[in-house]
Amino acid sequence: MMEDLSLHIMDIVTNSVRAGAKHILIAIEKDEKRSMMRLEVSDDGHGMDAETAMKVQDPFFSTKKGRKVGLGVPLLKGTAETTGGSFTLDSTKGRGTSIVATFDSQHPDLPPLGNIRDTFFVLVVGHPEIDFDLRYRVDGKDFSLDTAEWRKELDGIPLNHPEVIGFLSKYLDEHL
Amino acid sequence: MNLEELKKIREKAQKDVELRQKQARIRIVVGMGTSGIAAGARDVLKTFVEEVGKRNLTDVIVTQTGEKGLASQEPMVEVFEEDKPVVVYGNMDPEKAKRVVVEHVVNGQPVSEFAI
Repeated sequence: MMEDLSLHIMDIVTNSVRAGAKHILIAIEKDEKRSMMRLEVSDDGHGMDAETAMKVQDPFFSTKKGRKVGLGVPLLKGTAETTGGSFTLDSTKGRGTSIVATFDSQHPDLPPLGNIRDTFFVLVVGHPEIDFDLRYRVDGKDFSLDTAEWRKELDGIPLNHPEVIGFLSKYLDEHL
Repeated sequence: MNLEELKKIREKAQKDVELRQKQARIRIVVGMGTSGIAAGARDVLKTFVEEVGKRNLTDVIVTQTGEKGLASQEPMVEVFEEDKPVVVYGNMDPEKAKRVVVEHVVNGQPVSEFAI
């Protein structure tokens, strides 16, 4: 259903947003020596109790009133586990949720990374009130962006101001 | 490209920010649930954001929401405009998004052929 990892990330982070997160870490790292790809999404949202944390990993769990967390979690878990990787979800009610997925970067069924640049771009601009800590370390690229620092520099100008949108777009093109 | 440039932006943008914070004239909301994302909602959202940036539409805000409950018409977009009924667009793509910006957001004429 999800063509690539960048869309998986988009979907997983949307859960963090819905959980009221103010700070979200997204880290994508490839360890060439161990042929491992690692993805982490950690937030300070309202978190889940143990039972709910189990349920959101099950694709067949839903309440008619609507599942608050979409299919993104079971989809990512499925992708990780069928490509020789692992999936863990740690959540504490009132503290936040942390998801770590690993993939065998040599596995033939591993989806491509996709457009990480666009995922970062729309997440930051679409949620100007959230601090995003973005890290990308793949194939010699070492990129990091902490929007809390940008916010400090901007002193009240929102991250979705047209001027900032243009700057962010160019910044990502240049550095990522 | 460095963070020094953010300071320049800050000075340049200071003026219209107050105005924008008071009331955005138009709010564009893109449905970004799992099915929306799988159907291409990220590229639609990106197009709206870029157009707003390029055209310097300081009174327009682009934002996102979860599932819209109409998975067959994803990607879906709602356009909220002051004193006007909300317009819901379905089966959107980047080209359609550009037309919505030109015709609806800039010129005030909703694109009825995309509306659902």
